[in-house]
Amino acid sequence: MGQIKTGNVLLLVFTVIAACAWAFPLYWAIVTSIKPESEVVAGTTFLPETLDISAYVFALLETNIVRWYINSIGTSVLITLIVIVISMMCGYALSQLVFPGRRALFLIVLASFMVPSQALVVSQFILMHKFGMVDSWAGIILPQVIIPVVVIVYKQFFDSVPRELREAAKLDGCSEFQILFKLYLPLNWGITAALSIITFIMSWNNFLWPFLVITSEEMMTITVGITQVGDAFGVKYARDMAIAVMAAMPVAIAYLVFQRRVTQAIMLSSGIKG
Amino acid sequence: MRPKSKNNKTLTAILLIAPFIVCYLVVFAYPVYKMFAMSFTDAPLIGEGDWVGLENYVRMFQHKLFYTSVYNTLYFVGLTVVPNTLIGLGIAMMIVRLNGMVQAGILILFFMPYILPVTVVTQIWQWVLDQQFGVAQPLIEAVTGKRISVFRDPLWAMPMVALITIWWTNGFNVLLFISALRNIPTDYYEAASLDGATRMQQFRRITWPLLWPVTALVLTLQLIMQLKIFDQIYLMTQGGPFNSTYVLLQLVYREAFGRNQGGYASAVAVALFVLIVAVSILQYQLLKARGKS
Repeated sequence: MGQIKTGNVLLLVFTVIAACAWAFPLYWAIVTSIKPESEVVAGTTFLPETLDISAYVFALLETNIVRWYINSIGTSVLITLIVIVISMMCGYALSQLVFPGRRALFLIVLASFMVPSQALVVSQFILMHKFGMVDSWAGIILPQVIIPVVVIVYKQFFDSVPRELREAAKLDGCSEFQILFKLYLPLNWGITAALSIITFIMSWNNFLWPFLVITSEEMMTITVGITQVGDAFGVKYARDMAIAVMAAMPVAIAYLVFQRRVTQAIMLSSGIKG
Repeated sequence: MRPKSKNNKTLTAILLIAPFIVCYLVVFAYPVYKMFAMSFTDAPLIGEGDWVGLENYVRMFQHKLFYTSVYNTLYFVGLTVVPNTLIGLGIAMMIVRLNGMVQAGILILFFMPYILPVTVVTQIWQWVLDQQFGVAQPLIEAVTGKRISVFRDPLWAMPMVALITIWWTNGFNVLLFISALRNIPTDYYEAASLDGATRMQQFRRITWPLLWPVTALVLTLQLIMQLKIFDQIYLMTQGGPFNSTYVLLQLVYREAFGRNQGGYASAVAVALFVLIVAVSILQYQLLKARGKS
């Protein structure tokens, strides 16, 4: 028994060291962001000698970061809402209703898992241009509202809701919409929360599409915007790190608060029941 | 059942699926069609073009940068897919042996990078690897004897982008492997150790075979994801130095948005599209076949 214990302690020590090394760049970014620029370039100090938040003050006052936050929050929230509502409705129809073309629709949704949306950016851009949506929230949002896996996850969860509940609601005279929103949705709040959080994080983090469709600095999301600061003001390390920390903060907090949900959503969207 | 109620049901179904279908047709199906259609024309990015048949494809197969991009994309895939999967498995195996708060804390440290926007990741690593002040430079100096501006060095650029990508995306694999490892019944290991099996034997005879379906899944997801490499490259090297990190999606971007060649860009996009669909089908079949044997 004693031998196993020593082995476990060694493994624990090794794991902790590996984890700290893995996360070190994150620590380094945060530490750099709260140092004065002069200390940053003076040599490697693993703890800041002087605490200096002027990099954050600069970012807030001298860049468009507040605008970028608003754009990111606005577009990500709207994308999440639209994705959840249209996918849930579609998943409900696939799971509970009989209609012509149901099987075909299901197969089309499944097949679209394989389509690499990155290959579509050129034609999507042309489309957004036709709609007059280049450089607007609508232009950022629209091509991001189709996430086929969300439909499939909802279908699977609705499949496992007991039929008796549905029959009872029907006897009470509920319409399909009422059954969905008053019965199936409340029964699946957990999965709805999980899918919402991951969709929000994914749209917040999306770089390629907002980068292509947005042409003015005021309309950028924060993920795209932070690349502008270096270009416009030259290299300043503490300031770059402060802006990176600020861009990452909302998704990092969302993950830390809703860790279990994020994990669940990742499992579900890769086909493993979480 | 009365016909009226059946019609009503169909109508309800249509109302429920309509928003998804409409969005799907507009922003997904139509762009797929448009991409194929445009690839046979000489259209600029914005505006109509004339039918030119296979000219864009002929041009593509004579374009040196296309071959460079294909090669670099595959090089990047080779540098990331298998290592990322194995590292993910290793980390997951370390984490599942821990308990409670320690386990949760360690998992956060390994997983956190995955949740970050790509621009944050590249900013952080550009600072960590900065030639003059980067905290990792002493390490590079110790190994190679000199400081290296890694993103400006043709030899180092791609492996570094690959390393950063592994750091960034590994958490996803770790999660999948942890859940798979937890699903292996502990009695298997107990029985095996009663029979005197070593840890290595246990891994080869129990863990690895039972883990294979998830390993196959991770490999496939990785492969498809890494073929679409663009963001990190664009942000860290812009395809340089000397096109040594130029990748397919970047060629699409350059032709469409940099050189206003909508038709030709679409042809390259079709190539990427076909490559990814083909690889996902092929690899899925291969892995399924191997999983059965």
